[in-house]
Amino acid sequence: MTTILTDAGAFTAETSHALHLKPDDVERITGWTLKPEGLCRGPVCVPLKSAVMPEGRVDLAAFWRHLGNPVVTDEAQETWVLGTGAEDRNASLTGLMAPDITLPDLAGTPHTLSALRGKKVLLTTWASW
Amino acid sequence: MWQTLFDSLAGKNFMIVAVAEEGLGPEASRPWIEQAAPQYWNLIDQDHRLAELYGMVNVPQCVWIDETGRIVRGPETTGSTDHFRQMDLATRTMAPDLVEARTAARARYMDAVRDWVLTGRHALEEDAARAALPRVTPEIALAHAHFRLGTVLRRNGKTAEGAAHLAEASRLHPDSWNMWRQTAEFETLGGAGGPAFWQRVQALGDRPYYPPPDLPGA
Repeated sequence: MTTILTDAGAFTAETSHALHLKPDDVERITGWTLKPEGLCRGPVCVPLKSAVMPEGRVDLAAFWRHLGNPVVTDEAQETWVLGTGAEDRNASLTGLMAPDITLPDLAGTPHTLSALRGKKVLLTTWASW
Repeated sequence: MWQTLFDSLAGKNFMIVAVAEEGLGPEASRPWIEQAAPQYWNLIDQDHRLAELYGMVNVPQCVWIDETGRIVRGPETTGSTDHFRQMDLATRTMAPDLVEARTAARARYMDAVRDWVLTGRHALEEDAARAALPRVTPEIALAHAHFRLGTVLRRNGKTAEGAAHLAEASRLHPDSWNMWRQTAEFETLGGAGGPAFWQRVQALGDRPYYPPPDLPGA
């Protein structure tokens, strides 16, 4: 099984050569659905030139890069990071709505930033190092 | 520090979310958190995901978010100052006037936060808030992908391979002290504040390590 890390979290999927996934897995991991016109999310469809591989698989790495996003993997190609490109990151920030994030506390209990709507929030970082 | 601020704003519809950018995992943060016994949120961010989402480059950095979830001040230094750069490195001490100036700067920042919570002061208008945001470049976006992969590989025991990705992240995003110092700490415990750190700080020259926040009248 291959581990795929995205903004939405960590996923595992069965993959073949490089990052060729079944369309169902692509949808589960990225929210993009394979349709005759290409990969679609909401009203947006991106035509696929060569990203659909034999056996109906999608070359997710090629598609992700085509969207302008960074893709990196380890030598064994067991772990992939499907990053978010500069354009999307800047658009998200300049929209001024605080990007949401869910992180665990010391006990491992997850907390989601957007659950604090209705309060003023001071979001601050620190580190032991 | 945060608990005092939090207590002073009890009942004012205010929350602090303190996020540890902590690649070594929750155990590295535990002693500090347990000592502070905080009532606000203390979260652990092993892969520095928050820094990636908000374009943060150092700790402590702070974002102010209003009741509607809107950023009213983007990432900026949370009350820390560059006084430490005048520290006597042999004795690791600072002159009393520097300590005093540093303490005063931190207090001014806390007062500014308090002002904001109570009166709305210091919240930036949309255009000003937007203009103050960090700008993510393709190199920075790629750096974060390498950094995340590097921390995950390291955690999975692929130390050498992880180190290569972490080094690439710092090369692509040299302004990120978070990436550089976390990587140095991975390599040697205490490395984040070791001689290489001080050389890197020195190399800043006139540029700030902790750029002071623009808080007129604070």
